[in-house]
Amino acid sequence: MGYEFVALSLPPMVIGMLAAMACALPGNFLLLRRQSLIGDAISHVVLPGIVVAFLITGAITTLPMMFGAAGAALVAVVLIEAIRRLGKVEPGAAMGVVFTAMFAAGVLLLEQSDTSGVHLDVEHALYGNLESLIWLDAVGWSSLVDPTALAGLPPELFRMGFALLIVGALTWLFWRPLKLSTFDEGFARSLGLPTTLISLGVVVMAALAAVAAFDAVGSIIVIAMFICPPAAARLMTNRLETQIAWSLIFACASAILGYIFAGYGPLWIGASASVSAAGMIATVSGLILTLAALFAPHRHA
Amino acid sequence: MTAIELAAENGQTIAENLDNSPLALRGVTVSYGNEPVVFSVDMTIQTGTMTAIIGPNGAGKSTLLKAALGIVKPLAGRVTTWGKSLDAQRQRIAYVPQRASIDWDFPTQVRDVVMMGLFRELGLLRRVRAKHHDKVMECLTRVGMQDFADRQIGQLSGGQQQRVFLARALAQEADLYLLDEPFAGVDAATEAAIIAVLKELRDEGKTVVAVHHDLSTVEDYFDRVFLINRRRMGEGSVADAFTQDALHATYGGRLGDGLIARTG
Repeated sequence: MGYEFVALSLPPMVIGMLAAMACALPGNFLLLRRQSLIGDAISHVVLPGIVVAFLITGAITTLPMMFGAAGAALVAVVLIEAIRRLGKVEPGAAMGVVFTAMFAAGVLLLEQSDTSGVHLDVEHALYGNLESLIWLDAVGWSSLVDPTALAGLPPELFRMGFALLIVGALTWLFWRPLKLSTFDEGFARSLGLPTTLISLGVVVMAALAAVAAFDAVGSIIVIAMFICPPAAARLMTNRLETQIAWSLIFACASAILGYIFAGYGPLWIGASASVSAAGMIATVSGLILTLAALFAPHRHA
Repeated sequence: MTAIELAAENGQTIAENLDNSPLALRGVTVSYGNEPVVFSVDMTIQTGTMTAIIGPNGAGKSTLLKAALGIVKPLAGRVTTWGKSLDAQRQRIAYVPQRASIDWDFPTQVRDVVMMGLFRELGLLRRVRAKHHDKVMECLTRVGMQDFADRQIGQLSGGQQQRVFLARALAQEADLYLLDEPFAGVDAATEAAIIAVLKELRDEGKTVVAVHHDLSTVEDYFDRVFLINRRRMGEGSVADAFTQDALHATYGGRLGDGLIARTG
């Protein structure tokens, strides 16, 4: 039991937790800035950028993927403006069209290119490959203190951990300007704070989390984690610091419970096969939000 | 080019030295899109006075204040504070935005909001010490909100929210206070408390500028007025510039009739 858990279940669970927390953290600020859909947008728009970056470099590495994603975001902004002005379409519709079209373009690109050697295809773009991120070098709990075994951990774990570290460090370092400009942008500007840069920084943090999480856990989790844990956390407290803590707890709970339910839930109800962990994790986060909306202490009338 | 040269270029003669003015605007034009909201406005605020910026809805009052603070970038013109550029003087200026511009559902406590006024002192990572907490409570006490320090801001009435914003401005320990409609939607007790604090500031030698709506209180509350309707419509002491003619010109029609017994 110990071996099986450590080798097969622990790494995906931890990666799921790291990805969930990395997305939930900037998600708090997106939520309070009423920009939650930017998380949705990012995870759609970046797909073609990531695929192009892969086609050029031939490997899945975070930095080129970030540049690809940034390039795609830039193209998206230009396209939205062009459609809005030339087509005289309202901004919301222009954005919707561009996000979906770019995601579709990413799907076509993926189908046409040879990505058989890596975990980059349409299915993975949607729901990742969490279940396959296993730790073959593990022999049991003792492997957690064995350096040679630890070196065999899936690289996604380090990538995700690094992304969470960066997002966490940036949030900690710029906590005061972030909070100030999110609450009262006019006042922040009167202090001389670069509010446009701060807004951009929040989006870049979200993009970093989204891109890093992309191939491991897929866009379903990314979108869900940007919104559900922060939204549920807001209903638990009236303090931003506490809200952040709750959102991280909910993100971890979604990842752990979702992974367990996906693996064992079907067995419990008599079915034979397990279901997608990504789908189940996102579902659990939605359930947590539902419960918070019904029972949390700081709901609004 | 100095502000004075610029002003001279615009064909004005300026009696006083701009170094003495906490806030001077010269030829400031602001536009949103293609529409100029504020057109070539000159304004000279005098130290130790309380000035009301008055004008009809959409006259550009808030925009003028935002341009003065660099919150919106003027298309043309120049803003000086104590004769120097704004960026060098920001720590001497406090700003109270319009209450309606804020999401009061934001998860934060009254004391946190006032603490934001200490941002310049605290910077990114400096630790909050007992003296900072004391300062916050002192400012809350000054506006009569000391008992509400741990309330979530959304649970306050409009007047209480406005007082919290004033407490935050007090925490900035500024020399110039710019307030955007501080009396909008507040109860009478709050209005009296706010004006008392502002008059205290004036008496300490600070300078107060407020966008104001209620013409009937201008004479009681303020020393000076600045009239605007897209363009500068008048400026001066309440006795000189707050006249029926000036109000007619600014607001159009007969508004202001009977308001000013003195000139009528």
